[in-house]
Amino acid sequence: MTYREALKQGIREALHADGRVFLIGEDVGRYGGAFAVSKGLLQEFGEDRIMDVPLSESGFVGAGIGAAIAGMKPIVELMTVNFSLLAMDQIVNNAATLLHMSGGQINVPVVIRIGCGIGRQLAAQHSHSWEPLFAHIPGLIVLSVGTHEDARYMLAEALKSPDPVIVFEYTSMLNSEKEIPANITQVDISKTKVRRVGKDISLITYGTGVYKCMDAANELAAMGIDVEVVDLRVLRPLDEETILASVSKTHRALIVEDAWKSVSISSEISARIMEKIFYDLDAPVLRLSGVEVPIPYPVHLEEASVPQKNDIINAVKKILNHD
Amino acid sequence: MNAEEGHHLLYQMQLIRRFEEKSAEQYTKAKIRGFLHLYIGEEAVAVGVIQSLADEDKILSTYREHGHAIARGVDTKKIMAEMYGKQEGCSLGRGGSMHFFDTKKNFYGGNAIVSGHLPMAVGMALASKKQNKKNITCCFFGEGAAAEGEFHEAMNLAALWQVPLLMVCENNQYAMGTALKYTHSILELEKKGMAYGIDTVAVDGMDLNAVINAANKAVAKIKETGKPYFLVCNTYRFRAHSMFDAELYRDKGEVEEWKKRDPITTFKKYLLLEKLTTEQELSIIETRIESEVQEAVDFAEVGTWEPIENLTKFVYSQ
Ligand SMILES: Cc1ncc(C[n+]2csc(CCOP(=O)(O)OP(=O)(O)O)c2C)c(N)n1
Repeated sequence: MTYREALKQGIREALHADGRVFLIGEDVGRYGGAFAVSKGLLQEFGEDRIMDVPLSESGFVGAGIGAAIAGMKPIVELMTVNFSLLAMDQIVNNAATLLHMSGGQINVPVVIRIGCGIGRQLAAQHSHSWEPLFAHIPGLIVLSVGTHEDARYMLAEALKSPDPVIVFEYTSMLNSEKEIPANITQVDISKTKVRRVGKDISLITYGTGVYKCMDAANELAAMGIDVEVVDLRVLRPLDEETILASVSKTHRALIVEDAWKSVSISSEISARIMEKIFYDLDAPVLRLSGVEVPIPYPVHLEEASVPQKNDIINAVKKILNHD
Repeated sequence: MNAEEGHHLLYQMQLIRRFEEKSAEQYTKAKIRGFLHLYIGEEAVAVGVIQSLADEDKILSTYREHGHAIARGVDTKKIMAEMYGKQEGCSLGRGGSMHFFDTKKNFYGGNAIVSGHLPMAVGMALASKKQNKKNITCCFFGEGAAAEGEFHEAMNLAALWQVPLLMVCENNQYAMGTALKYTHSILELEKKGMAYGIDTVAVDGMDLNAVINAANKAVAKIKETGKPYFLVCNTYRFRAHSMFDAELYRDKGEVEEWKKRDPITTFKKYLLLEKLTTEQELSIIETRIESEVQEAVDFAEVGTWEPIENLTKFVYSQ
């Protein structure tokens, strides 16, 4: 199944499961979704459940928040993370804030899906990895869909949350095909997932980093290096227990992300490892992050902007003093 | 209009058309990547409006800006190189199709956050006013953009501060796959200008002469009064929104109907009827365009890649 199809099946299932659920976003209906994720859903569910909206990000995200407060279960889609900035006021000042500010009276059970990531030569106003901007905000639950099984099953769990959930989906992965193991029909969105068990080093990552790290781990295995791959999945609140348990076991950590390095997810994790399990470490924690530039258009510069598989392999070898 | 002027205008519209057809070809050959939004069908708007501007007037546009850049006189070789991602491009190859910049030509993008450039346009016009400059700012955007809060904030600020700004709404009937009627509660977009007390005119954007007349009047008015002006050009895009569009949202028949009003065909007929041109002169223009477009491709082909060491250059000023 493609990542796109997995996302779509997740949305379909949610629409079938609960009449309060509706999908709202730019071009989700007649166009078939900017990236064809919701293609055919308008025909299947009708205009009431699949709502095309004008270009008004602050408006329709705010409306989604309002509808959630008033008893509906909206799935709000933002095509590209760059456009989410137009709705940031609604997300931060309203969705993330109301429960606390109202003394616990107002829940905001909205789900906001955001297309995100680098790797399609869409240049600086259409490609970034801005999960850290959202992971900074108390009150939000921030998920990152790094695998096909999460693409298929995360949404159902997100819709159960009484609090606002931001789901990052990666546009560059939409066409990729993977089997989803038949025994998986549910995922736990409060938990980080160890995707590959290993003993020499923990590769901690999320989003497009997951498959990249799995590939790197396979190549490293051929060199005799046994890597553990930790897919964070939930970027806020962090599942510290799973992360620290892995590093305590392997005694080494490399954190991999496409996002800019300063004030990122990797900075946070690195700091927590240092604060909590410093004496378990055999080597300093290293980070591979995005180069701190607006993403450029040409493919060679775009690729140079984010960590690639070989960078990961080299960094692991360096940490393990392996040549 | 004399024959020379007529020929130049036709040349510009046809150059845009041919250049974009070539770009689409180069896209299918994977020479151009990312998003590519074609302007084909809308040429009369860019050409008609930009001819009314002086060189020192500033222009801001969207990601569908090939036509505006060409009409403004940005070098087609640099434009093609930009779409190839080569460092000889007008933005060093870093922007691609959506981000042409050429400040020497007073061309300020190539802006791909819908409506994001509108408040900036107000500010550029405000700067002219504060500096007692005579130039105006001209800002192009789609009807989809007019649903954004930034459009409304920009319109109000422009009117409140009385800045010399020409706001040109290119109403091509669709915002991606969402038709005007699903985007706006009021379909006569000109009413939005009136709501802010801004002089407003709606014009047939498929008719170059109509656009020229309206734009000339608008620019004269702005230069005389220093106040903003809202020009709605009703037009149509013949091609898909971008190269990632299956066009599920409109009938082929509707597109064919609009193609009958092709601005280039209409203007050619006008020139012939008014005896401002001959079939022979028309074919000379086509030959000239053909070689200009080919030169642009050749230039882009031999262009070079920006070295990776330069990646972080220009994050801050040197
Ligand atoms: C803020 C923002 N939201 C969404 C998009 C995605 N998008 C790009 S173009 C477009 C349609 C814009 O329509 P319109 O303003 O009418 O201009 P047109 O493309 O028809 O020229 C959309 C939804 C974007 N680039 N920026």
